[in-house]
Amino acid sequence: MTHLSEEELILHYYGEAEDPAPVDRHLGECAECRAFYGSLKRVLNVVEAVPVPERGPAYGAEVWERLNPYLPVRHRFQWLAAPWRWAAAGVALSGLLIAAFLAGRSYPTQSRTPMPIAANPQVQERILKLAVGDYLERSQIVLMELANARADGALDISAEQDRAEALLGENRLYRQTAMHTGDAIMAGVLEELERVLLEIEHAPSRLAPAQLDDLQQRLRNDGILFRIRVLGSTVRNQGEHKL
Amino acid sequence: MPGFRSLTYSRMEFADQAVVEQARSGDADAFRVLVERHSRSLFRLAFRMTGNETDAEDVVQETFLRAYRQLAKFDARASFGTWLYRIAANYALDLVRSRNRRGEHRPSVDEEAGDPLLSLPSAEPAPDRLALSGEVRRRLAVAMEDLSASERTAFVLRHFEGMCIEEVSRALGCQPGAAKHSVFRAVQKLRRALEPLVDTAK
Repeated sequence: MTHLSEEELILHYYGEAEDPAPVDRHLGECAECRAFYGSLKRVLNVVEAVPVPERGPAYGAEVWERLNPYLPVRHRFQWLAAPWRWAAAGVALSGLLIAAFLAGRSYPTQSRTPMPIAANPQVQERILKLAVGDYLERSQIVLMELANARADGALDISAEQDRAEALLGENRLYRQTAMHTGDAIMAGVLEELERVLLEIEHAPSRLAPAQLDDLQQRLRNDGILFRIRVLGSTVRNQGEHKL
Repeated sequence: MPGFRSLTYSRMEFADQAVVEQARSGDADAFRVLVERHSRSLFRLAFRMTGNETDAEDVVQETFLRAYRQLAKFDARASFGTWLYRIAANYALDLVRSRNRRGEHRPSVDEEAGDPLLSLPSAEPAPDRLALSGEVRRRLAVAMEDLSASERTAFVLRHFEGMCIEEVSRALGCQPGAAKHSVFRAVQKLRRALEPLVDTAK
């Protein structure tokens, strides 16, 4: 009887034998080859089972944070070059100024010397919260539309992508402000939201049903919508209550 | 889709192609998407190649830096993941080689832990229990270091990353026949190194 070669058995183990049926047949009949194959499998199974340290869900973001300072500066700030991004930043800043104006009008001034709004940290915080509350509501609408979308064939999400793109510009401003003011919870949720929006922005503009299903499942499982809703409601209440 | 994937530990089957195109045109956000999408699988590959976390982290970071610098040279028809794997595997091998040349020794995660597990009674299946053993890991690390560059890379890609021989050959930039023989030689060497231990424990 001609025995199977080690190479044939290795290919069989990896499922790459051109025709596995004769190999299986031979292994059924030949005790020597069967024993050799058994030993090969045990070795490879043990190698396979050696664990690798697990990296958490935020690992990609951590790598990016470490990597970003080493990338050429012109690329890191390229997002500001796009006109729509300046427009988005302008809209966000206008929102902040309007909120600052409203805050200034309703802020009690009789009992003490008025303090410039920009220099008053409490007012700044309330303005930020009002603006973020509004921003989260708009983000939630985009995510909800995707989460509840139904389509028989491919779904065109280019409109949602445009909105996600515009929201990203605002997100950066709010996240950086939240980090600056030490609001770790808000900064964390905005960071998560930023990743989600980035993914939507860079996804294909036409989603196949399986891709849409996958996206919707993730939105549901991640709980990102829930976190946005909770944070949005909290910051709106805080902002309105104090103003 | 890394943002979602990083939150759920799973893969989004959006093609890299469009994102790579955006990154090539200088969009740093698009490159960020690619970094988030591929970091964890690159870390696994790098750890398998280097055997320790510090070097694996170094490989991940250097791979993305090199990829960023060479993005213009990337053939858009190819798989971005395979291209990254190729960069990572080459850098990991350089790292291991230079460490070996300098006679440095990086302790693996469990090297200091001794080998108490083999002597303990256990209901765990043999491969899992053996794989936890420091002795198996030590012998595996030694055997892996004895593999040539192409053998080691081919084996890691075939065995751990589940690439078929054809994909391995693309990652290595060689003919499928050469990739196949690298896998054969790697398995043969590992079998010779580990078989006595595994067969004794069965």
